[in-house]
Parts: sequence; C-alpha cells; structure tokens
Amino acid sequence: MKKELIELRINGRAHELAIESNKLLLDLLRQDLGLTGSKRACDDSSCGSCTVQMDGVPMLACTMLAASCEGQEITTVEGLADHGGLAALQKAYGDFGGAQCGFCTPGFMMTVRWLLANNSDPSEQEIREALSSNLCRCTGYSQMYQAIRAVIEAEQKAAPTEMVGAK
Amino acid sequence: MNDFSVIGKSIAMVDAAGKTTGAGKYTDDLSLSGMLVGKILHSPYPHARIKQIDVSRAKALDGVVAVITGADAPNPYGILPVGHDETALAVEKVRYVGDHVACVAAISEEIAENAIELIDVEYEPLPAYFDPEDSMKAESDLIHENRPHNIEKDYHHVFGDLDKGFADADYIAEGRYIANEVTHAAMEPHSTLANFELDPHTGKLGRLTVWSSTQVPYYLQHKLSLVLEMPMSQIRVIKPLVGGGFGGKSEIIPLEIIAAVAARAARAPVKITYTREEVFWAHRGRPRTIIDLKTGVKNDGRMTAVACKVIQDGGAYCSYGVVTILYSGALLGALYDIPNIRYDGYRVLTNKPACGAMRGHGTVNVRFAFESQMDEIAAKLNLDPAAVRRVNLLKPPTVTVNGLRVLSYGLPECIDQVVTRSGWKERKGKLPKGRGLGVACSHYVSGAANSIIRSDMPHSTVNIKIDRDGGVVVYTGASEIGQGSDTMTAQVVAEVLGCEIARVKVIAADTDLTPIDLGSYSSRVTFMAGNAALRAAEQVKKNIVSAAAKRMNCTPDDVIMRDGHVWKSSTTLSEYNPTLSDSLDEHEAACGHVDGQILRGSVLQTPKEEGPKDHMSFEEAVVAAIDFHGALTGTGSYAPPVAARGGKHKGGGVGPSPAYSYSAQVAEVSVDEETGEVTVHKIWAAHDCGRALNPVAVEGQVIGSVWMGLGQALEEEMVWKDGLLMNPGLLEYRSPSSAESPEIECIIVESIDPEGPFGAKEAGEGSLAATIPAISNAIYDAVGVRLREAPFTPERVLAALRAKKGMKRIEMTESVDPTAPRKLREHGGSLWFRGKGPMRHPLDPARRGTNAGSPMGGGE
Repeated sequence: MKKELIELRINGRAHELAIESNKLLLDLLRQDLGLTGSKRACDDSSCGSCTVQMDGVPMLACTMLAASCEGQEITTVEGLADHGGLAALQKAYGDFGGAQCGFCTPGFMMTVRWLLANNSDPSEQEIREALSSNLCRCTGYSQMYQAIRAVIEAEQKAAPTEMVGAK
Repeated sequence: MNDFSVIGKSIAMVDAAGKTTGAGKYTDDLSLSGMLVGKILHSPYPHARIKQIDVSRAKALDGVVAVITGADAPNPYGILPVGHDETALAVEKVRYVGDHVACVAAISEEIAENAIELIDVEYEPLPAYFDPEDSMKAESDLIHENRPHNIEKDYHHVFGDLDKGFADADYIAEGRYIANEVTHAAMEPHSTLANFELDPHTGKLGRLTVWSSTQVPYYLQHKLSLVLEMPMSQIRVIKPLVGGGFGGKSEIIPLEIIAAVAARAARAPVKITYTREEVFWAHRGRPRTIIDLKTGVKNDGRMTAVACKVIQDGGAYCSYGVVTILYSGALLGALYDIPNIRYDGYRVLTNKPACGAMRGHGTVNVRFAFESQMDEIAAKLNLDPAAVRRVNLLKPPTVTVNGLRVLSYGLPECIDQVVTRSGWKERKGKLPKGRGLGVACSHYVSGAANSIIRSDMPHSTVNIKIDRDGGVVVYTGASEIGQGSDTMTAQVVAEVLGCEIARVKVIAADTDLTPIDLGSYSSRVTFMAGNAALRAAEQVKKNIVSAAAKRMNCTPDDVIMRDGHVWKSSTTLSEYNPTLSDSLDEHEAACGHVDGQILRGSVLQTPKEEGPKDHMSFEEAVVAAIDFHGALTGTGSYAPPVAARGGKHKGGGVGPSPAYSYSAQVAEVSVDEETGEVTVHKIWAAHDCGRALNPVAVEGQVIGSVWMGLGQALEEEMVWKDGLLMNPGLLEYRSPSSAESPEIECIIVESIDPEGPFGAKEAGEGSLAATIPAISNAIYDAVGVRLREAPFTPERVLAALRAKKGMKRIEMTESVDPTAPRKLREHGGSLWFRGKGPMRHPLDPARRGTNAGSPMGGGE
C-alpha cells in the first residue's frame, strides 16, 4: 500500500510521518513512535487499554485510523507525567494498589484524567460509570476508587487557597 | 504489637511507577532490530487428521522469511511429566478448533497474515467429542490413542470408613452441581520474542534468548530445551513485566515454542503476540465441572462422611489436568473436619482447547458444590449456616484424614469477622423479599509441598549481593505477574537487614541471572520465595553483624540493624543522633549523602584507630563486613518440610502444602423476580493470610479474587457450540465492569503461621472459591431457589424461579439455538475477526445441511 505523509501532534510535539492509509493509531504509536504505554489487549474496542485523549476526550486508539487524527492534539500516557515526576493520580494508583499487573493502567489513567478534568467532585456512581469504559482483571476496581478519591481530596484541600487568590 | 520496620506497612509496589507511566515494558513492547512478526495458522476443525500441508505458496510470497509446521518441532512436551501430549504445531492430528498448525515469520504483520491464507492444508475430519460424559464412552477415534475412553486420568480415593460414616448420619444430602467453563482473560495477550545469537566459535546459531509473558520461566527454559534439542544452558528465558496471569501463563503456551522454532528457521528475531481471540483458544482455564456430592451429617450439622464424584471437561490436552483433578479431591480436606471421605475424579479429554490451572486451581468448582450443599443441609435441619460451619472446624495442629497437615488456622476468626460485620445475626432471613445474605468459606495452598518435576531440589532459591555502595541486590527466579512478588521480596530482605526498601533492588525471573525458582503458581511465592529470601538475608546479615560487632567491640547478639542503622543494643540510636532518621530522606540515606557530598561507603568508613564505635550507618557496616569477610553475598533456599508433603497414596502428592490460607465470606444480593437478574450489593471477605507483609497488596489480592469469583458466579462463561467458542472477545466474555462490581470489604486475619516468612501465607487465590457459593446461598436466602449451575445468569435464575412456581422455562437462547435461523447465530460466532481466526468449520451444525455425512459428537 502506498504511504502518505501526515502530521500528528502527540504529547505536545509535531510528528511528520509517512504511513499507510489503513494504519491504526495504536500501531503507529507503538511501532512507529515507540510509545508503548498504550496497550493492545482486546483488538476490538472492548477493553479500553489503548485509551488516548484526542483534544482531551478519551478515544480508543486500537480502532482508529491514524490518518484521521490529523489536526487534533493527541495525548498518550507518556504525556501525563507532571514535569518529569509522577502526576498525583499516578502516585495515588501506586500507593493505593490501583495498579496490579499494570497492563490496563495506562488506559485507566487517560479515562480518569478526563473524568477529573471535567468533574472536580464526581460521586461514587459517576466514578463507577466513567471507569466502566475500561476493563481490569486484577483489582476488582475497589482500590482504584480509593486512589481517585485520595486525589480528589488532595485537590480539594489545595483548592481553597486558589479560590482566595481568584477573588 | 509487632515490632517491624518494613513489613506490615502498606507500600506501593516497587514497580508501580513503570506501570502508571507506561514506561514499564511488557513482552509485546519489546523489539529488536531485524525483528520479524510471526502469525499462526489455526485448525478450523475440532478433530481431524492432517493429510497434507503445502506451504510453497506462502513461502513464495515476498516478505515471508520462514514458514514452519509440526515437522519442524515434532518433540512432544507438556507441563506435567505424565502429560507430554502436546506439540508446538500439530503433528498428524488437530484436536480442537484453534489448534496450532503452521506459523509464518514475515517482515510485517500484514504480509504474515496474507501468507497464512496461502497455506494449503488438507484435513480428514474425524468424529469429535464435546461433552465429557459422552466422551467417556468413546471406543474409537480417540483424541489421544494412549488414553482409552478419552479419560486422561481417574482417581478413586477412600479415607476412613465411608459406610460407617453414612450409617452414623442423621441426614444425608445429595445433589449434582455444575460449574461451567471460565477463562483467565488476563489483560495482556500472550507474547513471546525469541532470538538466536551466532556462536563465535562455530559460526552457527548459538544461544537462544526468549522474552516471554510467563509465570514459569524455568519450566519454559526446560521445555524449550526438550523441543529444540538444545542444552538448557544455551537457553535464556527473561520475563519482562507480565500483564496478569491467573494461571493462564503458568505452563508452556504453544506460541512460546513456536516463536523460538520460527526464529531458528528464519535466522532472525521473531515476535509472536496472540490476538485476543487466540488467547481464548490458548485458554488453559477452569474446566466445566460436574460434581455429584453426598454429605452425611448429624442433627447438629456435624459431618460424618462425604462422597464426591467429579468429572472435568479437560479439553484436548492434559495440561495441568492430572493436578487439577487431584486438587479437586484433596482439598475436600483441610478446611473442615471430615472423618470419612470418598473421592472419584475423572479428567476427561474433549475436542476443545485444553483447560489448565486457573486461580484457585481445582478447588473452586468443588467448593461451590460443597458450600452450597452445606447451606442446603442447614436449611433442612433448620440450623444457622454459619453455625454449621463452626461445628465442623478443625482442631489444629492436625493432620487430616487425607494426609494434609494444618498448623495455622484462622478460619474461626474469619467466620466471626464476616458474621459480625455483615450484621448476619440481625439481618439473615429478615431482609425484605428479594434480598438475602449467604455465607461460605474456602481455603487454598501456600504452594504445593511437592514439585511437579519430581526432584529434591529446593523450590525456591534467592541470592543476595551487597557491594561497598551499600546497595542490596536480590536475585530471585520468582515471577512478578502483578501480584507483588518483587515488592514482597524487597520487603523481606529490607526487614531482615534493617535497611530502607529504597536500597533494595530486585532482579527477577531471568534464567541467566537468577537462581531456579519454580515460578508463580499455586500461591507459592510469598511462602517459598519469601522464606528463601529471608534465609539469604539472614546469611548476609550474620556477616555484617559479626563485622559490626568487632568494630563496636561487642558480641554479635548485641548488634541491632534497623532502618539503615547499626548499633549496640545497650545504647539507643537517639543518643547518637536524635534527628538522624528524620533528617535523612530515603534518597540521601541510600546513597550516603552527607554534608552536601555524595560519598561512597568506603569514604564514610571511620579509620580503626578512632577506637570502638557504638553506632554505624548501614554503609559503614557493609564496608566493615566486606573488609573483614570479603565479598558480601548470601544464598537461601526453601524446600517444604517432609512432614508437610502428604500421604503415600497414589496421587497423594497433590494437595499437601506447608500452610493453608482460609477465607470466610458473606454476600448480600437482591434478585429481580421478573427478570432473574442478580445484583450483588456487598461482599464481606475475611482472609487469613498468616501475616500481611504488605496490607495494601493483600487487600488487592483478596478483593481481586473475590471479584473474579463474582464474575464466575454471575456472568462469565465460555459458550460452546460443537467445539466452536461463541464468545471469544472481551465484550462477549462478560467479566464485570466497574459499573457491575459491588463494594468488597476485605478483612485481614493474621494467624501467624509458624513456618511462613514472618508468619505469612498465601493471599492471592484462596478467597475466590468462597464467593460463588456465598452468592448462590444469598440467592437462596433472597428468593428461595437453589442454583446448582454456575454462572447464575438471569436465564438460569429465572428458570429456577419459574420451576419453583411450576411454570414453563423461557428459552432465552432460542435465537442462538442451532435450529434457529442462521442469521441470528452469526452474531456470536468467530467470523468477525477474519484473517486472524478460524473459519466456521464445515461440521458446524449451521452448515450441516450442506455437508452430508459428517459424523459428529460422541453419541447423543
């Protein structure tokens, strides 16, 4: 298949890439760019392990054509770290046992980050519903809720000063 | 109060950052220059003779480097010495839809897939067997010629006096229970990367390195050696991060050998990663099990005798089957006091993917039957189900009638905990209609006391090396698969040496570097590798302590090592530097950062002329030890004690363990009587893990086990139509999402095992088995129907509810019945993954009309 040239913005950087038009975004990330944090687990958008964000919205890279992603800001799990350190959510997932085998974890990171960006104080039900787009076979999800709850509480503790500043 | 500084505290896993940032590498994340992609051709037939394979068209395709078939690796292997009945690629016969036939190694995935389509295989279909009870009657067209009646193995055990036991009983319950087939569905699909180096002396292919998603690197090295006819010393197996195993990676999966054979043929690195659908065919999950159970009890619920017949639908190969069928019988014991036991177990071959070991190996389905029947007995005799369990408790230390030694036994406290926390006494039987509570118990081994390879070698060995920088490097063959084995090892070593965990680096599961460990299965790692790590650390500590004692002019008994400091017991640490432990953060302490300088341990060392000291840093003590003893290394190993290795009867080697974990659970459910839908609201799970070395990890394991049991109880099931899997995808194989997962309250019970490392036992599997009967018992409490077949899908629950009212069963699967219009059936079939999966085979009943005279099945 003849390759075509496209330009993708991934984790804040522009990449010029020659790809086949049937190339999936996940294969491009993993094989062409070495961004192996996004995982292939189900092949058919059932499990969420390949979740990336397109302009801040969680999308499944395993069934998305790379060529269709031009002009959008793609964020992968590799783009999550906070100035080279662990983001609060990443640290909390470690501390509370939200990751066991870790294979689904990058996908959960992208989904949860979207949840918290759009809802600073989600109810338990809202967290459960948001997470239901991703499958985990190790944890039974319980310790993920604890991790997410801890991040929210830490944010809320920090928040009052910001609000004072805003006034 | 326990006086530990590292263990007993919840800490993040040592590899957690790699997992949350995506930096950690799993096998499929690896690549080598010049690496080829391997794709496998699978059998479209459940049972057929291969008359001819023609790979010439595939080989001719541009970009194809090698095509291999069974003839390239004909040596049989299997995880058990008694079950060497597999070949990496089919030789002569295929035995299930999805059996491996040929493999293409090509420069791209697309080319490999295209080449697969160009392989011409001529099959002669044979009658196939799908139902174990039918298969047991087979006289001809056997699945394996040396297994008459397609019975892989049968065992018949009698312990005690069964006739007397039943004669003594006031009441005898009898029933048949069925648990359908489930699979691990670990998130990471199996993956293997194989590469040969060229030998500089011969100029030919030399050493082989295999990176693989495995729980058992050492067994893989052994079987590769067998099939490739290479010495084990020339094979290196490295286990990168593994994305979950649950038993599905605890034996050799065909692609692991195929990748190596393909790499040899292609003379280039080859990586093969299963598609999700292939993972379902690789399977090795929990077999469909038919349990005929008979329990005799006195009027107070005390058991007098148990007779249990088990038939397991094992699939086409032995796999772990002989062990599974033995576990099913042996672990009738060691939970309750049963004076007389009869067990008849049949492991049967069928033309479906092989079943193997899955979390709670062998115990889960029988435990479902057993705990359900206890509940029936309690209802019949009008007893409290929790009380029935209490009157049947063991009195440890004891040896059960079938030869299992029980020392630590936290079951009574587990029962007390869940009964109290769930409000059992106040609420059981008093909840509104449609809502109920159920209780059940379970247990599991902390590793098998007898190795599956018969030998006297230690089951685990751990090496430790400490250098002058004060860094502690631990080498262990134990396989981290997400359960936290690396973290456990680091904790144990840090605790013994009295150093910070940041100082400990664990190098694991690389057969060139790490000493032999049998692997991560049967919950053996904490107990066995943990004990080995403990002993290795104690050996090193002895040398550090003796050198430190000399330096501090005291006896070794006076030396205390803790939190990175070494001091004389006659003094306290605070006298020397009251702020020391506060002022040094972990990083500084680990690298000897003092006064703005990063110092090597040797520079920190105070010259001897300064006279005896009362306090030393860990680095100083290490340097003193190296100066005094030479290189600072230690080795520890563990083999289970003879007393724990069980009875002498045939098959008595499976079941014994140095220690058993115990679990009790209460489930609260509600049942929608209109739809049959079961909702689990909460599960209280108490687990006796001996001592919780890392409580957050123990809770994670217990909750994960309960959750996996919940999946098997409510919705997970492999659905078969004539040997073809109807639901080979993560959406169709319904494991619970976060929306369906209830709150699980984990209660850790610590019985402190006398032989476990710091008293620890297993935590990763034992809780699973109690969940299924706890839920079925709760359903009975809620609506008064007894579910004897798992999973308890709305269809089965509704059928039971309607049967109770004398109403006709509603056949919800009518639309996927073979006689229904074909269009409706296609939805669940395998065609949707064209090119990666098998074609719908001509023997499929949907095509029967067009394929005259195809003999199917082992009789009706």
